[in-house]
Amino acid sequence: MKAAAFEYHAPRTLTEATELLARYRDTDVRVLAGGQSLLPAMAFRLATPAHLVDINEIRELSTLTVERTHLVVRACVRHSAFERPCETGPLGRLLARVVREIAHYPIRTRGTVCGSLANADPSSEWCLVTVTLGAELTAIGNRGRRAIQGSDWFKGLMTTALEPDELLLEVRLPRLPEGTLFGFQEFARRAGDFAVAMALVTFRIESGAIVDAHVGVGGVEAVPRRLELVEKALNGRRPSANVYSAAADSATSALDPLTDAQYDAGYRRDLARTMIRRALQEASPAT
Amino acid sequence: MTVIGKRLQRLEDGPLVVGQGQYVANLSFAGELHMRVVRSAHAHGELRRVDASAALAMQGVAAVWTSTDIQDVPPIEFRPTRVQGLEPYRQPVLASKHVRYVGEPVAVVFAESSRSAEDAAELVAMEVSPLPPSLDAETSEVEPAVIRKEYGDLEHAFECAHSVVSLELCIGRQSGVPLESRGGLARLNPDSGIVELYGAAKRPHANRDMIARMLNLDPARVQLFEGHVGGGFGVRGELYPEDVLTCLGAIRLGRPIKWIEDRRENLLACNQSRDQRHRVTAAVDKNGFILGLQDEFFHDQGAYVRTHGARVADMTAAMLPGMYRIPAYRAIGHYRLTNKTPAATYRAPGRFEATFVMERTMDAIAKRLKIDPTEVRRRNLIPKEEMPFARPIQVLETDLVLDSGDYAALLEKARHTFGWDSVRRDVEMRRASGECIGMGLALFVEKSGLGPTDLASAQLLEDGTVEVVTGASSLGQGVETVIAQICADAIGVDYKRVRVVHGRTDRIRKGFGSHASRTTVMTGNASHHAAIRLRARILEVVEGKYDLPTEILEIRDGEIVRTDVNVTVTTLTEVAKISRLNAEGEFNSAQMTYPYGAHLALVSVDRETGAVNVLRYFVAYDIGRAINPMLVEGQILGGVAQGIGGALYEEFIYDEAGQPLSVTLADYLMPTAREIPPIQVLISEDSPSPLNPLGIKGAGEAGINAVGAAIASAIDDALGGEVFITRLPVTPVQLKKELDCSRTGSPQANSLAQ
Amino acid sequence: MTRTAFTVNGDRHVIEVEPRCTLADALREQCDKPGTNVGCEHGVCGTCTVLLDGEPVRSCLLLAVQVEGKSIRTVEGLASHGKLHELQRAFIEHHALQCGYCTPGFLMLGAWCVENRPDITDDELRDLVASNLCRCTGYQNIINAIRAVLGTPQ
Repeated sequence: MKAAAFEYHAPRTLTEATELLARYRDTDVRVLAGGQSLLPAMAFRLATPAHLVDINEIRELSTLTVERTHLVVRACVRHSAFERPCETGPLGRLLARVVREIAHYPIRTRGTVCGSLANADPSSEWCLVTVTLGAELTAIGNRGRRAIQGSDWFKGLMTTALEPDELLLEVRLPRLPEGTLFGFQEFARRAGDFAVAMALVTFRIESGAIVDAHVGVGGVEAVPRRLELVEKALNGRRPSANVYSAAADSATSALDPLTDAQYDAGYRRDLARTMIRRALQEASPAT
Repeated sequence: MTVIGKRLQRLEDGPLVVGQGQYVANLSFAGELHMRVVRSAHAHGELRRVDASAALAMQGVAAVWTSTDIQDVPPIEFRPTRVQGLEPYRQPVLASKHVRYVGEPVAVVFAESSRSAEDAAELVAMEVSPLPPSLDAETSEVEPAVIRKEYGDLEHAFECAHSVVSLELCIGRQSGVPLESRGGLARLNPDSGIVELYGAAKRPHANRDMIARMLNLDPARVQLFEGHVGGGFGVRGELYPEDVLTCLGAIRLGRPIKWIEDRRENLLACNQSRDQRHRVTAAVDKNGFILGLQDEFFHDQGAYVRTHGARVADMTAAMLPGMYRIPAYRAIGHYRLTNKTPAATYRAPGRFEATFVMERTMDAIAKRLKIDPTEVRRRNLIPKEEMPFARPIQVLETDLVLDSGDYAALLEKARHTFGWDSVRRDVEMRRASGECIGMGLALFVEKSGLGPTDLASAQLLEDGTVEVVTGASSLGQGVETVIAQICADAIGVDYKRVRVVHGRTDRIRKGFGSHASRTTVMTGNASHHAAIRLRARILEVVEGKYDLPTEILEIRDGEIVRTDVNVTVTTLTEVAKISRLNAEGEFNSAQMTYPYGAHLALVSVDRETGAVNVLRYFVAYDIGRAINPMLVEGQILGGVAQGIGGALYEEFIYDEAGQPLSVTLADYLMPTAREIPPIQVLISEDSPSPLNPLGIKGAGEAGINAVGAAIASAIDDALGGEVFITRLPVTPVQLKKELDCSRTGSPQANSLAQ
Repeated sequence: MTRTAFTVNGDRHVIEVEPRCTLADALREQCDKPGTNVGCEHGVCGTCTVLLDGEPVRSCLLLAVQVEGKSIRTVEGLASHGKLHELQRAFIEHHALQCGYCTPGFLMLGAWCVENRPDITDDELRDLVASNLCRCTGYQNIINAIRAVLGTPQ
């Protein structure tokens, strides 16, 4: 399973990189960051790029910056950067919790956040995080930068708003207010496997009631998304097992799950409901 | 002080831990070409044309062959058998008029590098007129043979029955999937003119003979060499088209040929197994004693008869009754072809399936008659007093005689050692607090020591060490250590001073390889015989030189000692200077030996997702006599892990067009450390085999045999009888569906409610 | 062909490779380090694990041209001056290998763990070992061997 031949480019600056993408935009040109998804695809010759633009040597792409309101994750930041909380607030703990479920450690030392977002696999944990928290992505090409909201980033199965001559420069994740509770539940066949269904929830409790609930589901449909119906069923209510169940139940009518040889839509729907309920329990255990 | 029974460190490990393993991918000859197979992308079709012109035009491509280039090469044979009807269905080395499974070799490319060979292979174009694929053994119209075994008066049994229990049971398609994929390196030795194939495994002599016959060569002109092998599990080392092509390439192109399979090819084209559907019916009396058992099954052999012929179906039919008396029995095995990858043996072949069927039947009987599942098994066990127990059928064309066994005692020992009663109490407590948790038991008989014969030779080398040459094969199981222990004990030397040679057709004239858990029994006893005779020769030399009667001589740690005055007379090194001593040993056996055991599984079930988690696992195994208990445990632990894979994770799935869907390791799921629970192993030596001087039985397949059955039973227990598992692997989707069905009261296929 | 230079077990290697050549293949074919075995070439089995600047990576998921100037450690670099690394001794003692094919990958994972996470808990160790596949041993002895070198968890 050797990859088909390609021309390899290792630009040292962002400008060089975008120029290369522009120059080769009419051929099959791919960006190589972590390579943990791209290289297997190339080994199977499912991907046969004519040009590979390796961005790992571009210094300014390796920064992870904690700003006042956002965490700014640039294109070459690896999953492993988040295994110990990268900031002291709830976001740092949430990302540490989620990242543990991504494949295995030796993959996480290479795979990148932005690579996952550009790949847009429905099972990608980062895609779910981006959509649930309301992140902002920045694409960059020869013509300049563009800001794209997380909810507008995913267009379809493994398809994003990124143009062929652009690369994903960074994603800005909003830092979470102190007191934000979160829960993450993923169902996979084995440790480290692709998520068949996963749920990420965040909310705060004010005066004993849930506020600002974010409920995202991934792995179930072609793209991850927030489920407003579930959030509405939570906001303003006191946390309880019944409230969680009812909220999770409301998800089933909202979902249009994928079907494949192994999992039918019905199973994924049930699974999504279970993951939501369990994520809620993880965020704030209630009887 | 005997070293038999000691947990000695392996002699094999040194090179392997420092990265000096001689796996075939690590071998090379100057000037070698790389071989790449072009495989069918259709499950079934007429092969109209193969166009290699674009590939041949590529730089670095030396040759591209199709079936027209190898017309004189016959299809691959199978082992001699009394079963008739298999011949027309042998696999051609390259497909000629039809393609019959996705992955079937159609053409082969020889090029300067593995990368360019793969590039060129992509350019080979095939024209195939698709034909509808046959994907279910039961509906297949191609039935090369029917395996039939019966004894007793079954009709009478059913007339007298208090109850009749019927089940339909399925096991999915699975395989060994060793971490090293297949490979071979062939060359025509420029000095000797011998065709050498490196990377051999499992049955070097038999494969050598087959290659010689197929290529019309004198067997003396073909030699196979085994280096290090990255796991076999039955699937590596059976002759494949690629082995023949590698050798033929070396001969015709005059350059060494290196072939290394990639993982995708391995999952498409390496032998698969297990794919069976059974309809079993038991006639029982009111106490749950089985009066008669009938099983009809459909064995999915895939596209061709492979080198095992119909052996897997044979073993299924023969071993199904297990350790139970079963006074009347009939098994009818339909051996059928489909358009899937050809099938053969995978660890505990026929028995993983048979134990699942027999033990599910036991559980169903227990459930119907409301008898404790352990008790109902006890009532059916063959008692120790009746050993050896001749079941009036044949297995692998030998008489099935259970040589020794105290099944009831092993069951008791297991219960006691593992504290089953307290595990059961713990389970009940946890259940009371809401956990979905259960225990399952499965009993099994294994077969080992397949004969008919084995040969070994032992020689005393100049430095006082002993070299033992065998026809065995190392697949990683520790054969060098075990044989060394046996011989060290027989002669009187440190086991580290015994070097065992294996996998070399040029070093020993006869060899039968390593498979069917035969090596410790057959090669072990042959080596033992050779060692005893070498010892006698050594003592004769000492007697002659020092005028001491051999009765008062002993060899201890390489020194020959006078036992009357406890004085060292001389050393092996000195004796070697006097005379080059060697001795041959042989061991013959017309029957196999039958170790046996019990598995107990503790599982928890997540009702909402259908996921099953194995919490603890116990194996009690009577091996007769354990040469190295550490290695026996290792075999059992590894076997249980594969069994868990077979019970819960592993399956080769095909779509309606016959396209394989399990073509990556992300689809064919094998357990990681996270999926394997703590496993407790009890090795018992109550029932040595009377069939060999060492009393030993084999260990290789004990761990995997009953895992499917035990886990199915535990899942049923966890779910309080809401479901009855009838299919492996038990996937979350499948289990969830069964739970939903049972909740809504949908009818089930199995007549448990009668 | 592209020229790339990197160190393997402390020795500098300068090689010419096609860009598509993986680090695994380059180590095996060009750097005379065949100890790193290849199990799947698609990053699932972990057999090809090596250390890249001290961190475990799957060498089949890296191109040789990507490790220019970097430091690789393979199984061949564990023993020193003819003496086995304590992990290698522990693997033998605990029967943590049978066919040995997956062993180099586990040894490198183990080496990383011993050097960077000496206080790893049993649960985390099982997670780490779950990174790689073994088809022979059932994993328990591999865990035992690494644990023996680490000592009991606090």
